[in-house]
Amino acid sequence: MKSKINTNFSRRNFLKTSVLAGGGMLIGFNLLTACKKDAVMPVDIKNLNFNDFNAYIKISDEGYVTIYSTNPEIGQGVKTSMPMIIAEELDVDWSKVNVEQAALDTKNFKRQVAGGSQSIRASWDILRQTGATAKQMLVNAAAAKWKVDASTLKASKGIITNAKGDKIGYGEVVKEAALLEVPENITLKDIKDFTIVGNDAKNVDLNKIITGKPLFGLDYKAGNVLIASVLRPPAFGQKLVSFDDTNAKAVHGVSDVIKFGNKIAVLASSTWAAMKGKKALTAQWKDKKLESTENHDKILTKILDGKKLNVRREDGNVKQAFANADKVIERTYHSPFLPHNCLEPMNFYADVTADKVHLVGPIQTPQWTVNRVAKLLKRKTEDIHCEMTRMGGGFGRRLYGDFALEAAEISSLANKPVKVVYSREDDMTAGRYKPSVKYRIAASLKDGKVTGYHLKEAAINGNMYGLIPNFFPAGCIPNLKIETGNYKSNITTGAWRAPYTNFLAYAEQSFFDELAVELNVDAIQLRLDLLQNVKNTTDKRIEYSGQRMEDTIRLVKEKGNWGKTPEGVYQGFAAYYSHNTHVAEIAEIVLKDGFPVIKKVTAAVDCGVVVNPTGAMNQVQGGVLDGIGHAMYADFSFKNGKPDANNFDRYRLIRMQETPKVEVHFVQNNLSPTGLGEPGLPPAGGAVANAIHAALGKRLYKQPFIKDLQKSSVLG
Amino acid sequence: MPNYTLHINGKEKSVSADADTPLLWILRDELNLVGTKFGCGIAQCGACTVHIDGVATRSCQLQVSILDGVKITTIEGLSDDGKHPVQEAWAAIDVPQCGYCQAGQIMTASAFLAENKNPSEEEIRAAMHGNICRCASYNRIEKAVKVAAEKMA
Repeated sequence: MKSKINTNFSRRNFLKTSVLAGGGMLIGFNLLTACKKDAVMPVDIKNLNFNDFNAYIKISDEGYVTIYSTNPEIGQGVKTSMPMIIAEELDVDWSKVNVEQAALDTKNFKRQVAGGSQSIRASWDILRQTGATAKQMLVNAAAAKWKVDASTLKASKGIITNAKGDKIGYGEVVKEAALLEVPENITLKDIKDFTIVGNDAKNVDLNKIITGKPLFGLDYKAGNVLIASVLRPPAFGQKLVSFDDTNAKAVHGVSDVIKFGNKIAVLASSTWAAMKGKKALTAQWKDKKLESTENHDKILTKILDGKKLNVRREDGNVKQAFANADKVIERTYHSPFLPHNCLEPMNFYADVTADKVHLVGPIQTPQWTVNRVAKLLKRKTEDIHCEMTRMGGGFGRRLYGDFALEAAEISSLANKPVKVVYSREDDMTAGRYKPSVKYRIAASLKDGKVTGYHLKEAAINGNMYGLIPNFFPAGCIPNLKIETGNYKSNITTGAWRAPYTNFLAYAEQSFFDELAVELNVDAIQLRLDLLQNVKNTTDKRIEYSGQRMEDTIRLVKEKGNWGKTPEGVYQGFAAYYSHNTHVAEIAEIVLKDGFPVIKKVTAAVDCGVVVNPTGAMNQVQGGVLDGIGHAMYADFSFKNGKPDANNFDRYRLIRMQETPKVEVHFVQNNLSPTGLGEPGLPPAGGAVANAIHAALGKRLYKQPFIKDLQKSSVLG
Repeated sequence: MPNYTLHINGKEKSVSADADTPLLWILRDELNLVGTKFGCGIAQCGACTVHIDGVATRSCQLQVSILDGVKITTIEGLSDDGKHPVQEAWAAIDVPQCGYCQAGQIMTASAFLAENKNPSEEEIRAAMHGNICRCASYNRIEKAVKVAAEKMA
């Protein structure tokens, strides 16, 4: 299948080349359709003008290729997979490619953000064209050297060959190539000829990770930096009244105590001294409005019971379908707040001086951070330079640069370079939590069919984003209504891996499992029957593909031996489309002393072309286990504005002995790749809940499941 | 501040620090050995695991003042250039996602395999249970320990 090529921009405008002073060729390209026409390419890699271009390929005289990876790496693998796409079309030996994280902050980038599993999807065409364009320029340079027509030459693995069989390496023609016009006509490879994309490539930072080399934000060192440990209000809804820093200042190594806004920073020469200094502070707080989970629970239920909901999608006539039904089923599902708990706690370096601001750290949104720091310190964005480090996990938390703003503000006040370091307690209690959400789902059944579907969402702070109402089962059920309502809380919330769908998928897929039992049809068959209704839809709003979802479900059904397990093994099924990727999962559990033990999950995934199979498998495995872990164990509640857990002694994350084997299968096709950081997660909770029902006959309506399972009589 | 002499990765290092400073912060802040990671500070996650006389230990809970005479090994001293069988297995299987917890995982696994040459699957899962991987690369960690055990046998 020919891949779609974007032709509405000129390659001359998005790609520039230059001869490097130190030898070699530099190709700068812009992931945005246009960059400034008068941009002058720098000759020194260290002095690149990042406002003109945001991605670079360097080809040395020896033919070695360095690709500066533009998108933040949070463990989702783009630092490996995006360069693979360039290298594929450039046609170089992957072993000669070195990948470095580009430090960028520019107005002109397309999407220098890690989040929403969009990095690969947004960049596929441009990465391919950039690689292919660079290759064509090298070929054109060789043609000029040999005085032959470029079309008579072949290039492969960094070597150009002419009709006589003479060979020349890319490195030998880089200087000439860099001076050529950027060609407008290029040919992309046929996907079936790919040798890098679709083959396993190791994580590019692998060796550094396993030998303990500095890589992460917390590892970043700079001169005489002071470590800042920040005391924030212990409860949401508190204001700082006064504080006493006598004991904090007496801690050896503490040099400054600085109040900023509602917080107090203790600056010290070492992390331990800063943390000790913070603990030695005493502060008085005034309570403004302290909220509790118990109260939220009542508020969310009231929203679901009430009539003030916003309609997000409405098809047919739900009211009538329910009135004419043989039976109506209604269930309510609940999930708690969840902290992200990146294993590397939040941290950021800032050096604010009179003429510039230097920021370094783990951040998913460098652009946002630069803009906000500029506003906060009343500086020009041009004076702010932001470097990204590798990130010890993201999960959405590092989309929010609150910790970077803290570092900038403290450095500005202290007039010194400062690194803010969160303790685990700081990280867990000053979070941007996944909001607590309730869903009430009702369906009408008539003559053995699902005739109506009504989903209401009540959430703290934010509601499901615009596209989600057009996911399954939209288009499958003639009468459908999706409504949302929310309550504004002072507890800060934000995106958490697979926002909303992380919990919605479990609620909905658990509900469809109940419908299958009620209709006395196989759970997979019910989904397949429903999907037939959306296959020929003319509704442009529908986000997913009925055919791709069906193919994905059929693959998991076959690979997961649906319905063919030995006695004592119970299966549960769930399928979900999110972040442009279709995923279906079958969970298998056994009972050990009456308690469900998850032994295996089989996942089938349609993410288009699989760029890096190892990396892709890792993402899905991790997503599935993350989904199971949080659905099973994660609990986080508030009492008087204060979280009831602040470290891993009270907050339970999934660990080795609780993990099943996850087997991943990919649907084979040549469609443009879609992201994988998130889509593996949403179906996992539903598959497990449905398997637990198969084993125990018990439905789970609340996360974490462990609470209900422990209460259940099966455990004695 | 008192002075302490520590035996780290085969070398003697002299540090000046408060007696209650955890080894973790001595390694990271004073000795620039940042491979040992800070995750929780209460010995719950295993990111800060080092070997004390060959035993996997949480460095966030070890005060510098009690380390006289013990041999400390960190990820940087486990091998020259990543050649320990556990590191090689980690590389072969491409275990890491974000990679932050992996030094701690490797230190736990290497101490475990030094003691147990022929571990069962259940023993591996129990030995690694104390180390959190937030990206949940557990399937591959388990496989890598198995591969390393076969290599070391």
